[in-house]
Formats: sequence, C-alpha cells, structure tokens
Amino acid sequence: MMEATPASYRESSVPISTSAPAPGTTDPAIIRNFCIIAHIDHGKSTLADRMLQLTGVVSERNARAQYLDRMDIERERGITIKSQAVRMPWTVAEDNAAAADPGSYVLNMIDTPGHVDFTYEVSRSLEACEAAVLLVDAAQGIEAQTLANLYLALGADLHVIPVLNKIDLPSAQPEKYAAELAHIIGCDVSEVLRVSAKTGLGVANLLDEIVAQTPAPTGTADAPPRALIFDSVYDTYRGVVTYVRVIDGKLTHRDKIKMMSTGATHEMLEVGVISPEPVKASDLGVGEVGYLITGVKDVRQSRVGDTVTSQHHGATEALGGYKHPNPMVYSGLYPIDGDDYPTLRDALERLQLNDAALAYEPETSGALGFGFRCGFLGLLHMEIVRERLEREFDLDLISTAPNVVYTVLMEDGSEVVVTNPSEYPNAGKIAEVREPIVKATILSPSDYIGVIMELCQSKRGQLEGMDYLSADRVEMRYTLPLAEIVFDFFDQLKSRTKGYASLDYEPTGSQASDLVKVDILLQGETVDAFSAIVHRDHAYGYGVSLAGKLRELIPRQQFEVPIQAAIGARVIARETIRAIRKDVLAKCYGGDITRKRKLLEKQKEGKKRMKMVGRVEVPQEAFIAALSSDGGPTDKRK
Amino acid sequence: MPSTLPEGEPAPADGSLPEAALERVGTRPFGFYVHVPFCTVRCGYCDFNTYTASDLGGAVAGASRSTYADVAVAEIRQARKVLGDVDVPVQTVFFGGGTPTLLAPADLARIVAVVDDEFGLVEGAEVTTESNPDSVDAAALAGLREGGLNRVSFGMQSSVPHVLRVLDRTHDPDRVPLVVRWAREAGFDQVSVDLIYGTAGESMTDWSDSLASALACQPDHLSAYALIVEEGTALARQVRRGEVAMTDDDDLADKYLAADEALKAAGMGWYEVSNWARAPEAACRHNLLYWTGGDWWGVGPGAHSHVSGVRWWNVKHPTAYAGRVGRGLSPAHGRELLHQEDRRVERVLLETRLHQGLPVDVLDPVGRAALPSLVDRGLVGAGALERGRVVLTTHGRLLADAVVRDLLG
Repeated sequence: MMEATPASYRESSVPISTSAPAPGTTDPAIIRNFCIIAHIDHGKSTLADRMLQLTGVVSERNARAQYLDRMDIERERGITIKSQAVRMPWTVAEDNAAAADPGSYVLNMIDTPGHVDFTYEVSRSLEACEAAVLLVDAAQGIEAQTLANLYLALGADLHVIPVLNKIDLPSAQPEKYAAELAHIIGCDVSEVLRVSAKTGLGVANLLDEIVAQTPAPTGTADAPPRALIFDSVYDTYRGVVTYVRVIDGKLTHRDKIKMMSTGATHEMLEVGVISPEPVKASDLGVGEVGYLITGVKDVRQSRVGDTVTSQHHGATEALGGYKHPNPMVYSGLYPIDGDDYPTLRDALERLQLNDAALAYEPETSGALGFGFRCGFLGLLHMEIVRERLEREFDLDLISTAPNVVYTVLMEDGSEVVVTNPSEYPNAGKIAEVREPIVKATILSPSDYIGVIMELCQSKRGQLEGMDYLSADRVEMRYTLPLAEIVFDFFDQLKSRTKGYASLDYEPTGSQASDLVKVDILLQGETVDAFSAIVHRDHAYGYGVSLAGKLRELIPRQQFEVPIQAAIGARVIARETIRAIRKDVLAKCYGGDITRKRKLLEKQKEGKKRMKMVGRVEVPQEAFIAALSSDGGPTDKRK
Repeated sequence: MPSTLPEGEPAPADGSLPEAALERVGTRPFGFYVHVPFCTVRCGYCDFNTYTASDLGGAVAGASRSTYADVAVAEIRQARKVLGDVDVPVQTVFFGGGTPTLLAPADLARIVAVVDDEFGLVEGAEVTTESNPDSVDAAALAGLREGGLNRVSFGMQSSVPHVLRVLDRTHDPDRVPLVVRWAREAGFDQVSVDLIYGTAGESMTDWSDSLASALACQPDHLSAYALIVEEGTALARQVRRGEVAMTDDDDLADKYLAADEALKAAGMGWYEVSNWARAPEAACRHNLLYWTGGDWWGVGPGAHSHVSGVRWWNVKHPTAYAGRVGRGLSPAHGRELLHQEDRRVERVLLETRLHQGLPVDVLDPVGRAALPSLVDRGLVGAGALERGRVVLTTHGRLLADAVVRDLLG
C-alpha cells in the first residue's frame, strides 16, 4: 500500500511559496475566497489555469491544460463535475489599477460544477465563498445556466465581479455583452472587466480586483470549530477526501471530528490545502479552505452541505442549508449479457463510494432480466454514471427510458411512491397522481420566442414571465413537468432554436396531473421495459410511436404477433407483425454446406441473445433500439 | 460455390488425407465436381467464384480457358494418388461454374475421359454440365454428348426480357427452347432448366410466364431458386444504394407456391426444396450425393471436396490454383475434419430439405421433442412421421431453416 501511494497526498517537500502565509496561521483579513461562474465553454478552466500560472502555483511547463478538471470524462466533455479548491498566494503591487491595498494575500479559488443536475453542489460551493467572478464569453453572452448560477450567487449574498472573456476573438462584441451583464446585475458598464484567459490579457488585473472587491472572511477564531463540506471525493489510496471551508474556530490534525447531520465521529488523519497538489498542514483556521482525510471509504459518510465540528466541545448548531440529495430521475440499468450482473453490482457499489447522489436497488424485468433501478440527480448525472459504468468497468448496458418520481394518492388515503412504471397501482382506486415540476429558465435570441412558446405549450408548460436581457436576447421563465424535460425537451429546444437557446431548471415541487400508465403488450403479454407514465393527452402518441417502432424492430415470427398499447384494459393503439412466410435458403450446393452449418451455429448463438416475451423472440437489439429512441433523452446537454 | 471460403485448418501441401478417412474411401457413392471459373459477363447477382477475361487480365499459364483442362486433368491425377489404389468408381461428374461450356467440348470430354481412365465411371454414370443458352449451339451440344456428357442444365433464369436485364443475363429468351431441342437431338438423356424468382420488377405474371415457358420445353428436371442478394455482389451494392429493390419474403413465398403448383400440374414432383423432377430417376444424382453425405472430389479453383468426413476447399484464384497444381502441390487452401456431431447436424440440415426426408433416428432427444409442435404447426407431415421420417409440408418447405433450427435445438 505504502509504495503505491501516488504523488498526491504525499507530504510535499516543496513549500507553496517561500513567502506565502502558512495554512492555519493565516490572518483572515488577507484571505479572499471566490469562485468562477461560467457556462461550459466560456473559458473558466482556461482562466483558472492562467491564474495558477500567474500566482506561481503551477509553472508554465507543468501546466496541464485545464488542470482542475481531473476526471477523464470531465476532460472529454469539457465540463467540471466535481469542484475543487486551490489556494494561491498573490502579492498586490503598489499603485495597482484595481486600487487594492498592496501586500500579500491568499486567494482560494473554489471551482464549481457547471451543470443543472448539480445545483445543490453549486450552492454549497458558493456558500464557501465571499465573491463570484461571473465569466461570460464576449462573443456569446450569458447562458441560462450561468444566469441560474448567478441568481444562486446573489441569493447567497456573494459579491459579483462581472468579467468578459475571449475579448481577443474577432467575433467578440464586448460593448453589447458588457451592457447585457451590467443590465442583469445592475452595475455600471465600466465595471465589467475584460480579459482574455487564453492570452492572459487582463488576468493579473483581475486578481487585483478580486483582492480589492472580495470581502475578507469573518468568523470567530476562538469559537468551537465549524466547517462547511462543499465537496467530497473518493480517492483509491486515501479513502474519502473532504473539502471544507472553515467558518469558525480551527480544525487541527489528529483532532476527533463530528459530522453534525449524522453525529458520526472520525479521527482526522490529515488536513491540508490544495495548491494545486495536496499539501499537509497542522491546522485550518477561520476563512481557510482545504481538505481533510479521516479514512472513511464512502462519500455518503461525508456529505456535501454537512457541518464538521470537533467531537469534544464541538459546536451545537450546524451551519444550515444541508439537504440530503434526492434522486430526481430513475432508470433501469441492465447488463446486455446476463453474466455481467455481478460486475454491474460491484461497479455501482464502487461508483457510489464517490457519488453520494447515486441510488440503486436490484430489480427484475421480465423482458430484460436482472438489473438495477438507479436514481440520479438528472439526465447528465445519469449519462455520466452510465458512461463510467461502460468505460471503467467494460460493461454493455441497456437502460430503460428515464422516468421521474410520481406520487399516487389512493382513494383509501394511502400513498404510493412510483419510481418505476411497473409499480404504478392499477387504475380505478387512484384519487390523484402528482408529478414533480421544475422552474425552467430559457435564454434565447428573441427570434425564437414563438417556437419556444409552442414547444413549452406542447410540453404542458406554464409561462411565468419573460424579460429582454438586451435588444435581441430574451429570458423566458416556465413551470414545466420534470417528466417532459426528462423526455425530449432539451433536444427539441436545441433543434428548434438551431442550438441557440440554453436551458436551466430547478425543482419547485409537484402538481396533480392527469397521468396514465401506458403498457405495451406483445401477443397479449405486457413488456415491462416499455411501460411509461405519460399525460393522458400524450398517451396515444406514445403508444402509436412505440408500437410502430417495435413493429419495425421485432423480426417476423412463425405466427402473427399483435403489438398493443393499452391504458389498463383499454387498447389505444395496435400494430401487427405478420407471420414470417419464408425462412429457407434456396440453394445448397456442395460448397455451401460448411457455410450453412456455420450459419446455423451462429443463429444458435444469436438465439441466446433473444429475450422471450411469451412465445415471441425479441432480439436484444430491438430493446436497445426502442429504448434509446430518437424521442428519448440523449445527452451532451449544454 | 460462394466466393468466400470458410475458415478451417490449413490443408497439407500434398493434399494427403488422414488414415481414418482413407480407410473409408469407396464405402460411399463417389463423384467429381469440376469448377470452370470463366464467364463472358459477370452477372450482378452472382457470388460464385468466376472470372471474365478482363478479370484475369489476359492469359496466365493454366488460368486461361485454353489451358484450364490441362490443370484440371493434373488435379484429377493428384486425386488418384491421394486416394490410393482403392477402387472408387465414379457415379457422377458435374461441370459447374462459371460457364463450363465456354470451354471447348473436347476439353470437357478429355476431363471426363481422364476421370474414367483414373477411376472408372460406373455403368450409366450421370455426367452433367451447366450451360448458358447463348454459350452453346447444336454442334457444341453434339460434341459434348459425344464426349460422354449425358445431362445438361441450362441457366434459363427467366423468360421475361426486363427480368433477364436486371439479372445481367445476356441470352435471348427465345433461344431456350432452341437449345433444349438441340440437346434432345444430340441425345442427352436428361435436360434441366434453372429459374430464378424474386428479381426486382418481376411481377407474378412475369413469373408465371417464365414457369410456363420453361415447362413448354418439357424439361426432365427444373430448379427454381429464390434470388439471394449476396454480400459483395454488384446487386447487393445496387440494393444498398437504393437503385434496385431488396427481395421481399412475401413475394418469394407467393412465387414459390406458384412454382410448386405449376410444376405439380405439369407432372413434376419436388425432391428437394428448390428442385423438381419429372420422375424420381430424373432427380440430379450428383446433387443428391451432396445432400446425402456422399463423397466427391471438387476440381478447380475454389472447389469444395468431401471425402469420408474430411472437407476441403481449393484456393480461389485461377492463377494461384494453376500455380499450385503446376508445382505438383495440392491446391487445397484449408480443410475441416467433421466430427460425428458435425455430420449429424449436416444430415439434419440437408436431409430435412429432401422429399425422402430425414430418418427420425438421426435426431437427438431435443429434436424429437420438437416434432409434435412442428406437426401441429403444419410444418412437418404427420403421415411420413409415422413411417419414421421427417418430411416437410409445402408450408414447411418455405420455413425449412426454422424447422431445422427447431430440430437441432
């Protein structure tokens, strides 16, 4: 174990900087905690890289592009899933343009996840800061998610520093977007800073501005320690690494600590700061941002949003704002090869170590065999988990169409929570079905207002308001059922607006809706994998399209196979797969015999991959194709 | 034969057979297949191992029409050496292709003579050649008959010009009755015609016309094959590009039934899924040899052979083939040794296609257990089953592959 320890988390022989204030003894007055809010490709990682270089924590030569995005998938998709925090020393010169007080400072840059599924994680990261750099591409303007995160930042009382990036681009329109930003946050156009993270232009000044504008953290040094967990990451060698922001008191190496939401206690094996590799420290004091390691192996024991205190004489009041992450979207994951079931189980177990929001439990599908019903924060979360399972564990998976969580109120007053359409109670005794709804924000060029309204209306949306951000850009606010977003809303929005519109949403509760369960029957047998809960108005469309698709996908059998879509006992759509009439190879010469025998062996192998639904042989490919429908959610949401 | 060779183990350079196989040589009917890999035109649907003059890029020694017979003769003499001195009289010889009648009748006659010389032809041996209607005339047919051939199979395919055009067939349909008459006049005992159905653009009327035209020639034997769009053919490419419609299984089924009806009405009976004969003795004995586990030596590029449970196949290209034979090496490219279960599987898949059917005792318990359901579904005849044979019904012939899959579990 010891010799396998990687460079990270080893005691560093290289101090951060000879003159930098040491962790644990840093005066809060010189600490500046900030984050960067930006849309996916607006240059946040490039800006972070540039700051790491300018502050000297990463040399030009060692700068791995986009240093902070660690996981392969993050790097490939260009998104940040897990936030991290980097401590950077910065010396402000005399007579700087930002009018900051000259001297030595410690800047903690807290990286925030950039996606709608991780709103809660974003909010906790924001909670660890005093200021947010609002970074916007000078050629594109602000996007819906950025706006949503900006609102979160304003809600958390952060000071906002507006910055336009990529001002070196020929297509940049800094005047236009500076005006837009100033309008949104209510500042003067002249206060919008301009940088090029790529060339470094304006970045040093931005660091000075951060020092000048960001309030220093305040907290009570001699109070019992309280630190906010804003991220928690599983490391193969060290177990869970917990990222914290100290609010009061001091966290000290070897202290016993307590997680306030669960009361669980742990010995603190290590505390330190990231700069940008982990560096051990003896303590973390008021306002400081760093990590702690206790030897726990499961991130669910160190939850984002929880408050860390000391076991003895600890704080009695938690910092507040802690929420248990609840899955919003469920989908069944099944191995294509049934023999892979144990591998899938182990893989989910492993992923959960690093993903407190991932929920799963075994389920059995008549059509797909043994698998797991998995709960996710949202679609991107689902895609990421699926991709990691396939990539890191070499699994081939079928996933069922994602669904949201429904609450069914029965006439006898009981309540059924439905995370899988097959759990939906039989009709008749149902008093009301409630479905989760979201508050959606759509930003788009104003040309598309009409098509967006049309789309939202068809998806049962309620227009809540509309504002022009600038002469030709508009913000539209809708209440929409989450189920519609999970279905194909985003793809439709992108295609109808030629990719210009951006979307953000957050859960706002639930509503009663006229929902029904549509079953698909093959030769009279329900195929559980295709059951869906849909609005009554959409039931027919769903039934017709799936039945039609299956007719194309299921090969003809020796007998006629009716495909029906039904609500309860009522059939709403019907297709027929006609019986196969010819299944014989015409010629069979001497030279064909070996080929024919091998073909037969291949067909026999193929038969093993057939799923039997009653007497009907359905190739696995048909399930995959029907479930990964063009209508279904894809991924790569931006 | 299909243009793609199977995968197998390498064949020995001298073509020698395992001792166990040699011991059994002569215990089953034995025949020769001679593959003539030349055509004047490559038909779009054809995936057989055949080459036009331009494919071959001029005459390479042994790989041209003029020298082909020499190489084939050399391979026949090799066969004699490999099989040893054991007495294996030859029941059937079959010239296939390609277009065997692109060779001079004397060439085919010489090959037949060498077979007779080396192995001995049995009394009344069946000696067949395939032929295109436009590759023979009265004189050529007379020459072939004189050279010892007694059965001819004409590639008629269709009597409808637009269908022949899609198939890239160059002959004039009016020539078919003519060549059949010449064959009769030359004294051929058996005349067969081949038809293809399911070609794009072929209506049911077109197909009925083709059947009627074929029957008007009063052939002894008729093969009707559903068009198969084989991977790698020009036709497959045309289908992929959407220029030609893919075959339709319902259309093929309708046309098969129409053929069976028309042929039955004309007094012909099926003896294999795609083959009908005027009388049991008019069935193609060479093909029956394939389908009932007989032995045959396949001569020529890409030809397959089967002797006592060893199956091998020759190198595909005529040049490579001629080179190997010329150096005294076996032209075999690969081979497989059939295990007992392989042979049982082959019996099921081949004999189930025959009118005489498959003896029930060839089936394992799983296969036998499948029989009642096959009878229930009208695929297998109840009467024949009582006599211990699995015989397909008309409906069953259309689903023969499915039946075979059930019988093999």
